[in-house]
Amino acid sequence: MDEVKLLGCWVSPFAHRVIWALKLKGVKYEYIQEDLSNKSELLLRSNPVYKKVPVLLHGDKAICESAVILEYIEEVWPHNPLFPKDAYERALSRFWISFAADKGNAFHSFIVSTEENREKSKTELVEVLKIVEDQALKDQEFFGGDNIGVVDIIFGNIPHWFEAMEESVGVKVVEPNTLPRLHAWVQRFKQNPVIKHNLPPYEDLVLFVKGFRQSLISKTPNASA
Amino acid sequence: MANEVTLLDFWPSPFGMRVRIALAEKGIQYEYKDEDLRNKSPLLLQMNPVHKKIPVLIHNGKPVCESLIAVQYIDEFWNNKSPLLPSDPYQRAQARFWADYADKKIYDAGRRSWTTKGEEQEAAKKDFIECLKLLEQQLGDKPYFGGDNLGYVDVAIVPFYSWFEAYEKFGNFNIEAECPKFIAWAKRCLQKESVAKSLPDQHKVYDFVLQMRKKLGVE
Repeated sequence: MDEVKLLGCWVSPFAHRVIWALKLKGVKYEYIQEDLSNKSELLLRSNPVYKKVPVLLHGDKAICESAVILEYIEEVWPHNPLFPKDAYERALSRFWISFAADKGNAFHSFIVSTEENREKSKTELVEVLKIVEDQALKDQEFFGGDNIGVVDIIFGNIPHWFEAMEESVGVKVVEPNTLPRLHAWVQRFKQNPVIKHNLPPYEDLVLFVKGFRQSLISKTPNASA
Repeated sequence: MANEVTLLDFWPSPFGMRVRIALAEKGIQYEYKDEDLRNKSPLLLQMNPVHKKIPVLIHNGKPVCESLIAVQYIDEFWNNKSPLLPSDPYQRAQARFWADYADKKIYDAGRRSWTTKGEEQEAAKKDFIECLKLLEQQLGDKPYFGGDNLGYVDVAIVPFYSWFEAYEKFGNFNIEAECPKFIAWAKRCLQKESVAKSLPDQHKVYDFVLQMRKKLGVE
């Protein structure tokens, strides 16, 4: 049996997608923490194109990009499936994976938002999240139906990471009166034993996000703290 | 159940071309509908309410949006001939990685090469060539990215070739001089009927981009 290793970073939601998938399937792996300000030879060799985490190492094979890694994990370890069996349902799951990647800008705008444009940024983000709530989550317990699936994992940065962003910016976006089903899903997702025990420490995350936000704001033209 | 397949598309779209090639490779009969993107049809808005974009593959009334997702769906549903993705999970991961790379890099750099000027344009051209050179390395000595036959990555990338005359004329550079292997690969793909009938003539695309530039006010 080939060894499995994961190159990750404690703060990365993308690395956590892979951690959750491996743990939900009970796959044993070695976690290697990367210092992104001083990337290891192994990381640079394994992901020469992007030089980013996460990277899954399976024997002598390196798989990069979290969405690609999730498909790989599903195919190599098909038990406890995270993707639907039906081809059409799978296409829908992939649609939401792509949607999440596409909407990074809305989250970015929110994190660098200032007093002046905060409300506008929040409104835009609520619009995006309403689509997710109405069309992806609908009335289900999880995006995957009765159980956590790949789309839950993909939106898994909304709990915890986005909460830390809300705290940094000083504005709540995912609220029970505006996004009731998504808000309920956030609580439910965090309660899952695999997820609960595989999250970065919240206070450390908030500190990190606050620092990250400051550095982004100082780089963004026309923005002020 | 009879398979009813419709493709909502726009003739110069490289994303639409991907789906056309996949359908042709599998020998699927379908209805092609060209959209006027300034006046989107009620069907398009109904089938892709989230993005309102083409291409949209409609199979027995159900929409599949996003070109690479549609290509994967076609490959999985019509799995009796011409497989586009390999069967080995690691090779599939590689194919997905490179198709995603093409999405992130070629389209963006290509677009910047005809919509910008000066330093920005020079940077775009440099990025574009670097991207093609990396893909040439990936191709190696294989006839296709898919090996001996056209595969997922070939389908994902070859449509951009139909835009090369436009990129070259407006960017003022010679892609073949920098990336002869890439051009040779593209021409090899064009010898396949599925590709030849799915890609518009480069000159037609050039005329289209010329009109777009006028509309966008890029001179």
